[in-house]
Amino acid sequence: MTDMTKSLSLHLGLIALLLSLNWLLPSYHHGNLARIMVLAIYAIGYNVAFGYTGLLSLGHAMFFAAGMYGMALTVRHLGWSPAPALIAGILSGFVLSVIVGLLALRTSGVAFMIVTLMFAQSVFLIILYFTEYTRGDEGFVIQQAQRVMGGIDLSEAHNRYLAALLGFGVCLMLTWFLVGHPFGKTLIAIRENEERARMLGYNVYLHKLGAVVISGTISATAGALYGLLFGYAGATFATVQYSIFPLLWVLLGGAGTLLGPFVGTLFMFYLIDFTSEITTAYMLVAGVALVLLTLFAPQGFMGELRKRALGWLP
Amino acid sequence: MRPVKYVLAVKGLSKVYGGLRAVNGVDMLIPEGQVRALIGPNGAGKTTLVGLITGRITPSFGAVSFLDQDVSNLPAYRRISMGMGYTFQITSIFAKLSLHENVALAARRRGGSVSQMDSAVRAVLEEVGLSERIDQLAGDLSYGHQRLLEIAMGLVQKPKLLILDEPTQGLSSGEVSAFKALIRNLAGNTTVLLIEHNMDVVMAIADFITVLNFGEVLAEGTPDEIHANPAVQSAYLGGGDAGT
Amino acid sequence: MEFGPYLLLASMEGAVTAAVLALTAVGLSLVFGVMRVVNVAHGEFFMLGAVIAWYVASTVGGHPALGFVAAMIIAPLFVGGLAALADMVFLKRIAYDPERTIVATIGLLYIIQQVTLMTYGPDARPVVPPFNTRLALPWFEFGENGFEIYWPWGLSITSYKLFVIVAAGVILLGVWGMMTRSKIGLIMRATQLDGEMAQAFGIPVERVYAMVFGIGCGLAAMAAVLIVPIQQAHYLMGGDPLLLSFIVVIIGGLGSLPGTVIAALLIGMSDGIISVFFTPTLAKILATLAVALVLVFRPQGLFGTREHD
Repeated sequence: MTDMTKSLSLHLGLIALLLSLNWLLPSYHHGNLARIMVLAIYAIGYNVAFGYTGLLSLGHAMFFAAGMYGMALTVRHLGWSPAPALIAGILSGFVLSVIVGLLALRTSGVAFMIVTLMFAQSVFLIILYFTEYTRGDEGFVIQQAQRVMGGIDLSEAHNRYLAALLGFGVCLMLTWFLVGHPFGKTLIAIRENEERARMLGYNVYLHKLGAVVISGTISATAGALYGLLFGYAGATFATVQYSIFPLLWVLLGGAGTLLGPFVGTLFMFYLIDFTSEITTAYMLVAGVALVLLTLFAPQGFMGELRKRALGWLP
Repeated sequence: MRPVKYVLAVKGLSKVYGGLRAVNGVDMLIPEGQVRALIGPNGAGKTTLVGLITGRITPSFGAVSFLDQDVSNLPAYRRISMGMGYTFQITSIFAKLSLHENVALAARRRGGSVSQMDSAVRAVLEEVGLSERIDQLAGDLSYGHQRLLEIAMGLVQKPKLLILDEPTQGLSSGEVSAFKALIRNLAGNTTVLLIEHNMDVVMAIADFITVLNFGEVLAEGTPDEIHANPAVQSAYLGGGDAGT
Repeated sequence: MEFGPYLLLASMEGAVTAAVLALTAVGLSLVFGVMRVVNVAHGEFFMLGAVIAWYVASTVGGHPALGFVAAMIIAPLFVGGLAALADMVFLKRIAYDPERTIVATIGLLYIIQQVTLMTYGPDARPVVPPFNTRLALPWFEFGENGFEIYWPWGLSITSYKLFVIVAAGVILLGVWGMMTRSKIGLIMRATQLDGEMAQAFGIPVERVYAMVFGIGCGLAAMAAVLIVPIQQAHYLMGGDPLLLSFIVVIIGGLGSLPGTVIAALLIGMSDGIISVFFTPTLAKILATLAVALVLVFRPQGLFGTREHD
């Protein structure tokens, strides 16, 4: 088997496994896994910028929130049905990521991190400012009747699971295709040695912009799906904490690996779920994980696996 | 008779840092197919001049034209994609990627099918003698091999002008002779601008030499003329920096 | 209240904000200037200073001034020591890589914050100010009787707030003196200019880094001790100082101490005055966007000059 067929079967295999789990899991974990898959889409989006292009953003919550509110506000105030609302959410993320990319990519390194943090903070504050429409911190519920897409009730557990899996599978395979494509390979080259890539004739700025837009749009897709499938939109999802989460998931699972985002999200979700039963200070786990990962395992789980055993992992 | 075609024409190029003129009013014409060497003592402004030609540094005055087109206002990547190949003075490769991918990144700029690209990559690695290591990580190569990889990345672009910034620095004498043979093979087909310290190499492979001193062109001529030029000898060859 | 007196009141309150902000931001700026790293946990060290001040003040008892003075000494020392330790255990190990340092200090942020939540709890607790006399402020008007000075109702400031302004000024002068006049300052500046060169000249760069990190966080703790009699100690109080310090340090030009102080005055004063005209949220939106754009289009800050790198 060539490396490519090996990796293709691995990724399709994961999707098949997740599909079969729809009928096997007890309801608590079934619900969790649906949530994890949607959050993993967010991590996949983040990984395109951070893992593959080396752009460390501290503001991806703005894209997640753009997707969520682009979807939820059109449902709530314009009475749109789920399908066009979902597209509105994804488009909001697309537009926002073009604007943010054009501006923020004039900086790099630490300045890029702070600029993205500031933009995300502005988006969060804007959501609070328009509390009249967004209900601010409190947020608002999307009614069950508003979550029926083409006759399918997305609030029903199995439909919700399958919709989450569909979104996850599409985004996973999209990035699988991306990293094999010359564009994706150029992103990796930029991550590894930006000046060298430029002196091979690549337009580094444009490639990075492409990465931010793909990353932001996938993140917005996650936000829109999350709001739709779980029936709620709130400003919490635009806070700094929600910009830190995908960083944490991707670091844990392995930055610049395709399965890393899913593995990291899965692991962290259950870790926090478990800790929050014991203490309200469950974010302590996130803090400790961040410090330990930075210090001892910057490659993350899948990164270490690739380094030690499976060199062909994309 | 067809007039001589110049691949690179540099006119009045200057770069001022603070009050210091690192490069001062340099004119240079490189005709098609020539192997041109750029020499000069340390601090003569060679690296700055090359930076101005490739677009990594913006000039204070002057113009650069490449393939009869004024490229003075184009960013570096545009000049490279027009057909300038550049190899770094300090080895700059993709250390965590395989040799194949390193060269492929350079080759992809030229377009073509995947199989064409793949055979071009294999051919050029064969040419520099690294084909056995094609799947190794570039960062695991010895320093000399990294330099060869760097040259391979330049060659595979089939550039109209190949700029080699101190390519033999840190190479063993065996590797240096292999390098000389490599460039001689190109002679006539590829125009080369070679920045080089090693006078043996320069005398062996250059068709024409430009000597830079204090940011200005001190002399130009064939290797024999430069060798005999008293001004060059006092400024440079006599300075103890020469290999001959 | 009429507009004039109201503006005076707003600027007095603004001066208190500015004073505390200047101290906090100078700490962040010092760390960035010398070590070239951004400490995202800076706000949590601030919070820790306030919480320790509460512990100290409630343990000491007696006259409030006793507890306050003890807190003013113990909190910065403790926080500074803890920060220096964190530097040696975490940051040294990742070789002060700028991006990894940010990720590690984000982790540190949550650790400090959540451990405080587990021990100190979710309540906001006050520290009694050492003195707190209300001082009425005069205003003037040109009335029927010509120029007249009067004392508008509600126009007043407390003696403690005045003390905060003065104390912050004195501490800042101390920092400035340390940086320009002392041997430690000289060593820090040498390290800032060229870490490798400093190392070659026998300066123990790693110890200097630990010390700078300690001093930077200690300054945040001092600022917090000053503010806690006005604001109360709470485990989530670190967020705003962090964001405002970021803004100040960026506007002032990364790593420039005079620029930082000027920017702190600007932001602190305008924070008080702007809130007279705008809703606080809108003011914050405009401020954050403005700062992001400053970083994009003028990364050397509004007052800095471009460095040669």
